[in-house]
Amino acid sequence: MDFDKEFDASGLSCPLPILKTKKALADMTSGQVLKLITTDSGSVKDMQAFASQTGNALLSSGEVNGTYTYYIKKK
Amino acid sequence: MSTKKIAIIASKGTLDMAYPPFILASTAAALGYEAQVFFTFYGLQLLRKDLSGVTISPLANPAMPMPVPMPVMVQMLPGMETMATMMMKQKLKKHGVASLQELRDLCLEAGVKFIACQMTVDLFEFDKSEFIDEAEYGGAATFLEFAGEADVSLFV
Repeated sequence: MDFDKEFDASGLSCPLPILKTKKALADMTSGQVLKLITTDSGSVKDMQAFASQTGNALLSSGEVNGTYTYYIKKK
Repeated sequence: MSTKKIAIIASKGTLDMAYPPFILASTAAALGYEAQVFFTFYGLQLLRKDLSGVTISPLANPAMPMPVPMPVMVQMLPGMETMATMMMKQKLKKHGVASLQELRDLCLEAGVKFIACQMTVDLFEFDKSEFIDEAEYGGAATFLEFAGEADVSLFV
């Protein structure tokens, strides 16, 4: 999937992946896509909750060997 | 959609109990909430410029996981609190959990409002210069003014 910016939050625990995602999105413009990588298994539900509460669209999410990748489209 | 609000009271000043208010306030701010934390009694320690005095004790904290079972008689020995604090901080760091300082800074950066309880400041004869400049001072009515309109209100 195409993306405009990548942010690697590997090794960070709750709530840092959410806080840093918010920050990463702040520098982007509406419609741009952020690729987020985390190793926090709690992020599966948290990123959905983040998307539904902030209105940024969670385009896709996936996990490979404990690494989670999300694509988030800025509102 | 009107902005959601969260009001939190932070009444504890130990390392473990310092995390919930800062985690919830910073996350709420990231989710677009207007967040306010009211620091009262021991919670006021969390507004100190220097957070190094925020510690954790295994004493009277039976749920704290310990590497080896430790009788209370041992937990009360001098230096145990320092050791427990050091071990907890190492554990937090190893697992990528933010330090209190980092979380507090993220709160401030995100616009979380910190209210210090004036009564507690007077009671313990604290010097306001020991607290961060961002702290505002108020009482129960100040908290309730915001909490009365809040969607979420928590006492920690």
